[in-house]
Amino acid sequence: MTPTVVLFYAFAAIALLSAALCISRKSPLASALWLVVTLFALSAIYVTLDAQFIGVLQVLVYAGAIMVLFLFVIMLLNLGRGGPTDIKGPVGLGIAALLAGLMYAQLRTLPGAGPPALIRLPEGTMAALQEQQGMVQTVARPLFSDYLIPFEITSILLLAAVVGAVVLAKRKL
Amino acid sequence: MLLGPALTVSAILFALGVAGVLVRRNAIVIFMCVELMLNAVNLTFIALAQQLGVAGHVFVFFVMAVAAAEAAVGLAIILAIYRHQETVNLQDIHLLKG
Repeated sequence: MTPTVVLFYAFAAIALLSAALCISRKSPLASALWLVVTLFALSAIYVTLDAQFIGVLQVLVYAGAIMVLFLFVIMLLNLGRGGPTDIKGPVGLGIAALLAGLMYAQLRTLPGAGPPALIRLPEGTMAALQEQQGMVQTVARPLFSDYLIPFEITSILLLAAVVGAVVLAKRKL
Repeated sequence: MLLGPALTVSAILFALGVAGVLVRRNAIVIFMCVELMLNAVNLTFIALAQQLGVAGHVFVFFVMAVAAAEAAVGLAIILAIYRHQETVNLQDIHLLKG
């Protein structure tokens, strides 16, 4: 086992454990903080999978911006104090476990299948590409050439989201 | 070489997210579980990008932008509901119930 593989399994274990804690903690504040741990572990997993730039983005955007927004709203609404649990009773738990199990049973066939050999790139292509072009350029080049129109549409989406959030959250315009 | 394990981790994370959405009643926690599911999908994209080229990374970029927009609008909606109902517990928000 190379160090990369060991690190992958270590961070995968952290991610799964903290995700389980995230959905089972009573306090929304504790859930949010365990989700931050999951997001950090996922960013480390991205690095082991040759996606260093996305790993940095994960920390900046998810763990930095989105989770701060969540914590901000939790504290604004004063939900951190606990109070009665919001986890459903045994019937709800059973249904949730059944449906999540079904979902997992469907998704777990994916690893066996994998992409067909015809369209698969040779082993190490991505690492070589990053070696040659640098981490940022490998992502930026397709983003600003092949995917330019989706990129511009994303900017319109973000503008709409900003306007929508202000309209919804403001008491009086 | 880590494709199989990564896809398995992603499947378990997604199932955990589904379980969280179904088992919780707090709107904000349900929202966080949706983020968990989005992250599981991102992991799939990254894992497959190793073999199928850099397009996977670009799509993760888009998923992150959409998740940020969704979080901003969704939390604004939760704030608006809280102002009317004084709660974020979905059990107590039953205006549409006959």
